Amino acid sequence: MNKDVSIKVCMGTGGIAAGGEAVKASFEKAFAAAGIKATVDRHCSVHKVGCRGFCARDVLVDVIINGDKSTYQYIKPDMVERIVNEHIVGGAPISDWQVKDDYHTFHNKQIKVVLSDCGEVDPEDINSYISRGGYEATKKVLTTMAPQEVIEIIKTSGLRGRGGAGFPTGVKWDMAIKAPGPVKYLICNADEGDPGAFMDRSVVEGNPHAVIEGMIIGAYAIGAPYGYVYIRAEYPLAVERLRLAIKQAKERGFLGKNILGKVFDFNIKVKLGAGAFVCGEETALIASIEGKRGQPRAKPPFPVQKGLWGKPTIINNVETLANVPYIIRKGAAWYADMGTEKSKGTKVFALTGKIQNSGLIEVPMGIPLREVIYDIGGGIEGGRKLKAVQTGGPSGGCIPSSIVDTTLDYESLGKVGSIMGSGGMVVLDETDCMVNVAKYFLQFTQTESCGKCVPCRVGTKRLLEVLTRITEGRGREDDIELLETLSTDVKTSSLCGLGQSAPNPVLSTIKYYRDEYEAHIFEKRCPAGVCKDLLSYSILEEFCKGCTACARVCPAGAIVGEKKKPHKIIQDICIKCGACFETCKFKAIKKG
Amino acid sequence: MMEEKLEGILTRYRENEGNLISILQDIESEFGYLREDAINWFSERLDVPPAKFYGIATFYAQFHLKPRGKNVITACCGTACHVKGSERLINSLVKELDIAPGEDTSEDLKFTVEKVNCVGACSIAPVIIVNKTVNGKMTPDKLMKEIKTLKEGKREYTDYI
Repeated sequence: MNKDVSIKVCMGTGGIAAGGEAVKASFEKAFAAAGIKATVDRHCSVHKVGCRGFCARDVLVDVIINGDKSTYQYIKPDMVERIVNEHIVGGAPISDWQVKDDYHTFHNKQIKVVLSDCGEVDPEDINSYISRGGYEATKKVLTTMAPQEVIEIIKTSGLRGRGGAGFPTGVKWDMAIKAPGPVKYLICNADEGDPGAFMDRSVVEGNPHAVIEGMIIGAYAIGAPYGYVYIRAEYPLAVERLRLAIKQAKERGFLGKNILGKVFDFNIKVKLGAGAFVCGEETALIASIEGKRGQPRAKPPFPVQKGLWGKPTIINNVETLANVPYIIRKGAAWYADMGTEKSKGTKVFALTGKIQNSGLIEVPMGIPLREVIYDIGGGIEGGRKLKAVQTGGPSGGCIPSSIVDTTLDYESLGKVGSIMGSGGMVVLDETDCMVNVAKYFLQFTQTESCGKCVPCRVGTKRLLEVLTRITEGRGREDDIELLETLSTDVKTSSLCGLGQSAPNPVLSTIKYYRDEYEAHIFEKRCPAGVCKDLLSYSILEEFCKGCTACARVCPAGAIVGEKKKPHKIIQDICIKCGACFETCKFKAIKKG
Repeated sequence: MMEEKLEGILTRYRENEGNLISILQDIESEFGYLREDAINWFSERLDVPPAKFYGIATFYAQFHLKPRGKNVITACCGTACHVKGSERLINSLVKELDIAPGEDTSEDLKFTVEKVNCVGACSIAPVIIVNKTVNGKMTPDKLMKEIKTLKEGKREYTDYI
C-alpha cells in the first residue's frame, strides 16, 4: 500500500520561538529511522510553512495522509516519535494532542484571502506557490490585459490601502500611469512599525511570492521598471525569505528583462529599514531609501508626482499588494462582494493582548468587533472582563467595551474616534489603566517624532509630560482640558501623519475614560491598580505562610522574613513592580 | 585587518549602488558598533563630512556609537508586551546585570540590554530576545535562569532570527 504522507510544521516567528525547528528535525529523524524498518513504501515529506495565525497554540503540526488532514497543537520534539509510530505507521491519530473545537471556531468566522496560502505553501519554494495557482495572475495580466484594464479591475474591486489611510489603490495607480516619464518606481512598504502589529511580517514570512506577484502586476499597471521593498531589519526571517523568493522568481523569469517574453522589465531590490517609525510615512520612507535621515517633507508635490530620486513613485503596503494576485485570479466582483459598501474585501488583524486566542486573523470588512473578540478570540484571558480594544497603534484609539458592537470598517472605526490603521488590535482588560495606555503611546510617538516640525516635536513632549505627572500623582486641576487643547493643536498643525495622529490615543481615552483621568488627578488613585506611584504593596500577615516565593521573585530585594514566618515588604526599597502580587499563591499580598 | 574590512564594505557599496545607510549598516554588522575611525575613514574616501554620517547614525535606532556587550538582550516594548509586563522584565535585567542609569551596557562589556519597539511576535508576549533567540511568554523567573546560564557561559550563540 502506498501512502502519501506530508507533514507541515508552522515556522513563523511564533512557531520557531516555540521550537518549530526542533520539531521539524525530529520528524525528519523519525522518518529516517522508521524508513529502514518499514516495509510499506511511503512518501514522506516535511515542510516548513509560514504563520497560520494561531500562534498561541504553537508548535502546530499538520499530518496529511493521502489528503486526510489532522492538526496537532502544542507539539514538542519529544512528542514526535509517538505521532510517527501511532498515527503515521499505526494509522491511529492521537486525539488528546489534536486541536479541539475552539481551533475550528477560531478559523470558521474568518475569510482568508491574503492569508489563504499562508500556512499551506512552503515559503521557501516557489513551486509550492505555483502549484496552488501562484503566478497565474501574472501570466493572465501580462499576456491578455492592457495596463489600464488592470487598473479598472482594481478600481472595481474596491481595494483600499491596507497600511491604514485607506486610499483606493486603483485610483493611486491611475494617477501613476498618467504621470509622465519612462522612469517610475513601485515601493512596497513593509516597514511595519506599529507596536502590536505583525500582519505584514507574517505575510512576507508565510507567502512572500504573493507580495512579489502583487508588485509585478502593480508595476505592469503603472509602467514602473523598478521596485523596492522597504522592510524592517527587525524582521530577519522575513528578509531572508523575501530575498530567496525574489531570487527564485528571477530564475523562473517572473522578474528581470522581458518578463514572459513581453516588452516589460521589472526588478525588485530589498532595502532594510534602520529602525525609525516615521519611515512608514511615504516621503520619509523615500528619503530613507535615498540614504538620508528619514524625515518627511511637505506635500504636494506628492510622491506620485515627485517621489524617489525625483521620479513618480507609488507606495503600497504589503497586505494591499498581496491582495492583488487573488483579485486578478478570482475577479473584481468576487472581491467587492465581501465587506461593506465603502470598505471592500477582508482585513488582516493581529489580535493580541489579554485575549484567549491571540494570533493573526483575516475577517471580512464590517464584521462586528464583538464576534472578533468572543467568537474568534475566545474571550478575555483568565475570565476577566473586556475593558477596551485598541486599534491602529499609536495613531489610533480605544473602543470601549460599551460599544463592542462597532463594526470593523474604515468608516465605523473613524466614527468612534479610532482608526483601522494597519491592523494591530490589542485587547485590554479591567486590569489595564487607560491613562497609562495613553502615556505608553505618547512615549512611543514622542521618541519617534523626527523633530523636523515644532508642533510634533514639542507638542508630543509636553503631552507626555502632562500624562506622566498625572500617572505619578502630580496631576493638576485643569490638566484634562490642557491635554485636549494641546492635542487639537498638535493634530491640526503637524507636518505629517505621525504628529497629526499622535494625540489620538489621548483624545480617545479622555473621551471614554474621563473618570479614570479624574481619579488619578483628584483622588490620586489608579482605579486599575497599574500606576506605580499611586500604589503600594503590603503583606497580610494572617495569610502569609512564609513560603519565600515572593522574596525570591522580588527584583529589588525588598521582601524580608524568615522561612515559614510572615514576610514583610520594605516600602523604601520596593519598586512596586507587582512580581510578588502575581507570585503569591495565598493571596497574601495587598495592592492598594 | 581593519583596513581590509573597510575596503570590503566600500567595494560592496560601489557594486550595489549603496548609500550612506548601507555603509553604516555594514560597519555596524562588522564591528558591532559604529567605530569613529571607521567613519572617519569613509568620510575621507568618499569626501563626505563625518557630520553627515553622524546625522544619519543618530536618527535611526539601529545604530550604536558605543561598543556593545558580548551578550545582547533585547526586550520588546510593543503594546502587547507592555500590557503583559515587559517593564518589570527590563527592571529586573538592569538590576541583575548592574547596568548604570542612562547606559545600556554593563561596564565589563559582557551584557547589553536594549529595548525595541516591536518585534512582531505579540501573540507570545512578553518577548525577550537573547542573542538573537526569541523567547516568548517570558517571566522574571525564566529570565533570571537564562541570565545565569549566560553568566556561566553555558549557552552557545545561536545565529537565527
